[in-house]
Amino acid sequence: MELMDTNLGLVEVQKLEGHTDRVWSVAWNPAGDGVLASCSGDQAVRIWEQSELSRSWTCKAVLEDVHTRTVRSCAWSPSGKLLATSSFDGTTCVWQNFDSTDPEGMKAKSKVYHGMHLVHCLQHACGKDKSVWIWEILPKNKFDCAAVLSGHRQDVKMVQWHPTMDVLFSCSYDNTIKVWLSEDEYDGYNCVQTLSESNNGHSSTVWAISFNAAGDRMVTCSDDLIVKI
Amino acid sequence: MVTGLINENPIIYPKKERRVRTDSNNTDEFAAEPIDQLEIFDILSLDIKDPEHPYSLEELKVITEDSVEVDDETSHVRVTFTPTMEHCSMATIIGLCVRVKLMRSLPPRYKIDIRVAPGSHATEDALNKQLNDKERVAAALENPNLVEMVDECLLPSDE
Repeated sequence: MELMDTNLGLVEVQKLEGHTDRVWSVAWNPAGDGVLASCSGDQAVRIWEQSELSRSWTCKAVLEDVHTRTVRSCAWSPSGKLLATSSFDGTTCVWQNFDSTDPEGMKAKSKVYHGMHLVHCLQHACGKDKSVWIWEILPKNKFDCAAVLSGHRQDVKMVQWHPTMDVLFSCSYDNTIKVWLSEDEYDGYNCVQTLSESNNGHSSTVWAISFNAAGDRMVTCSDDLIVKI
Repeated sequence: MVTGLINENPIIYPKKERRVRTDSNNTDEFAAEPIDQLEIFDILSLDIKDPEHPYSLEELKVITEDSVEVDDETSHVRVTFTPTMEHCSMATIIGLCVRVKLMRSLPPRYKIDIRVAPGSHATEDALNKQLNDKERVAAALENPNLVEMVDECLLPSDE
């Protein structure tokens, strides 16, 4: 494949309008091409779909009137059937598309209250109370808190599961990245490593973590204006 | 509990005489003029009151014309303010007021950085970090009590 010959560059394909406040996060549906979720300060989440014929994007659903403050982030489950959204209102909502032919059928399946200010991501939540919560999905739409991980000294900005291993990474306003794993079934999750300035970490708030598909590389970006891989 | 103001006797400075702007050549109202330092300073100095006293930030020399650095082409503005006292606990409110005022006055393409003048505050680094954390700022601005305080400071003064 002549990758070197093509002119690599980013070209804006389409501008999706609809949100009335800052958009904090977007997430691609892992199950297939053409579905995107976005969440915003306007307290709503929008689902966008790409038409197969025209390749253009339209807003298929607006999930509103559930969160009462900024929706900070959204994430799809690996199957692509569930969407979790978290908000400054201290809750995480899990949404399911009940009728796949009717995208308007996305309903809040259950609402989980955390009692914190900022909540994050699918099956794990991190927040302004400096802790990370891990949730399990049980049958019949119930959620159970599997663990609460403390250790960060300031608000946790983002969490991310390793793509292949059962290891959780969290990053925080306290400038560190923490690695959590569960040594055995009964032990719960423990912080096995902290990446801070002293061991090649960042010197300011770490905002985000991401992995490549293989899981052998991790990228982090920080308020110290550096992206590290 | 500390009763009374943080700064009981602030030093008041005379207001600066405004330079007359000479852009009589430009009569096209819709032409976008590059935003410059003086314009931003005017926005900030006239309309932000100190949280404790009925004086503007300019009169208390919390901000001066030189404390505004703006680059219209890169849409970046940085304001460096000097709290009147080293342990001023109102510094976060002042910083928030400056940010809100700029957010409401400048085009959305602008990136705003606020910081305290180096050496002017006891917890300078922590303060700067908090003032520029977009998430914390957004969460703060959803707090009705804080918004009320900010709006109080931003009420137009009757000149």
